[in-house]
Amino acid sequence: MAISQRQGGFIILLSFVGAFMLSIIDLPIWAEEIRPQWVVLVLIYWSMALPQRVSVGFGWMIGLLLDVTNSTILGQNALALALVAFLTSHLHLRLRVFPFWQQAIVVFVFVIIYNLIVLWIRGISGSAPNIWLIITPSFTSAIFWPLVFIFLRRIRRIYRVN
Amino acid sequence: MRLLIFSMLSLILMILDHRFHTTDAIRSTLSIVVDPVRYMVNLPTDIKEWASSSLVSHSTLEDQNQTLKTQNQLLKAKLQKYASLKAENANLRGLLKSAKKYEDKLEQVLIAEILSVDLDPFRRKVVINKGSSHNVYIGQPIIGSQGVMGKIIHVGPLSSTALIITDANHSIPIQVNRNNLRAIAIGIPKNNRLEVIHQPNNVDIKVDDLLVTSGLGCVFPYGYPVGRVIDITTNLSLPFARIIVQPTAQLDKNREVLLVWPNFGGNKQSDCRGPEEES
Repeated sequence: MAISQRQGGFIILLSFVGAFMLSIIDLPIWAEEIRPQWVVLVLIYWSMALPQRVSVGFGWMIGLLLDVTNSTILGQNALALALVAFLTSHLHLRLRVFPFWQQAIVVFVFVIIYNLIVLWIRGISGSAPNIWLIITPSFTSAIFWPLVFIFLRRIRRIYRVN
Repeated sequence: MRLLIFSMLSLILMILDHRFHTTDAIRSTLSIVVDPVRYMVNLPTDIKEWASSSLVSHSTLEDQNQTLKTQNQLLKAKLQKYASLKAENANLRGLLKSAKKYEDKLEQVLIAEILSVDLDPFRRKVVINKGSSHNVYIGQPIIGSQGVMGKIIHVGPLSSTALIITDANHSIPIQVNRNNLRAIAIGIPKNNRLEVIHQPNNVDIKVDDLLVTSGLGCVFPYGYPVGRVIDITTNLSLPFARIIVQPTAQLDKNREVLLVWPNFGGNKQSDCRGPEEES
């Protein structure tokens, strides 16, 4: 990825590694069902803060890696994350001035969109899951959004990622 | 515009993956990037295990040694019986001039460790820490200490993904141990059970029957326990009985699994390939 000429590409990658680790760690079944979608949250943050760097293509690559990690059909997360990155980088100016709770609502909608796309593709490919299980992760993702936002903004300022 | 291009790209990938299964190369290449993350997540458990195995007290070790010795004695005693039974079986088969020769050669096995479980809450999959560098192949059966656990569906260089028998997309050819009735069992991921499908309402299967692999389909070797029937519902208005099976393998308690290289009675696996099996 040709991001080395700008500062802090390493930090961005590191944050995604962290998000992947959080989404792989074993949890009990009940916690599995409400696990926030960390990768989506981190992607939303970066494409909101640095839309010129992290956008559709980046989201697509991350989605492809997520497909390999989850051993789902190659391209399903890629498509969904590319769309989320597109929406976020399109609305980034508006999103930046929102207060936290309003951002959280938008994040909720984005994660729902992401989950819906994944759900549709799974439905088409023959393993449609329980529809309620897409609502709860979206909800917890929105709840965790302020934390993710504050944490990543901190990191972005400390390491001057731009 | 870019969104359009990338959407097309993912559509193409999905079709290639789902319809033609031609994306294994991409998958295993990308898994080189993902594997370090998996190993990193597993690191604390590894350290804990290493610490607990190298920092145990002398008395604990002695106790453990004693238990293992007793267990070994018991197993050896059982094995004696097995040897005589094997000889008897071979004799009887010889008398019957049966074509099926008893395979003396044991299956080759390798212990693998589970790296992560159930990444997707709607499916039953595990990732194990052995890959193509250990000759793991797609379709290879994995078993636990108590019974069959599943089979490999993706292989990377250092890790591979296995589908557990209770996944909705998994079906396994079984037979009832009591009367050799053959059937197919598919997974019910919701409560980690299996269901024997397409059996008429008057089928001779009882609660508590043991189901073992039948060896048909040339994926699973013959004779490994799969599960016990726990519930049979016959509804005369429905064409088939509903037979629920509890797997004998402790699917969510094992940390270690066995990879098996089966030998199908001297046949090469390619010889006995039946109709395309579902993976």
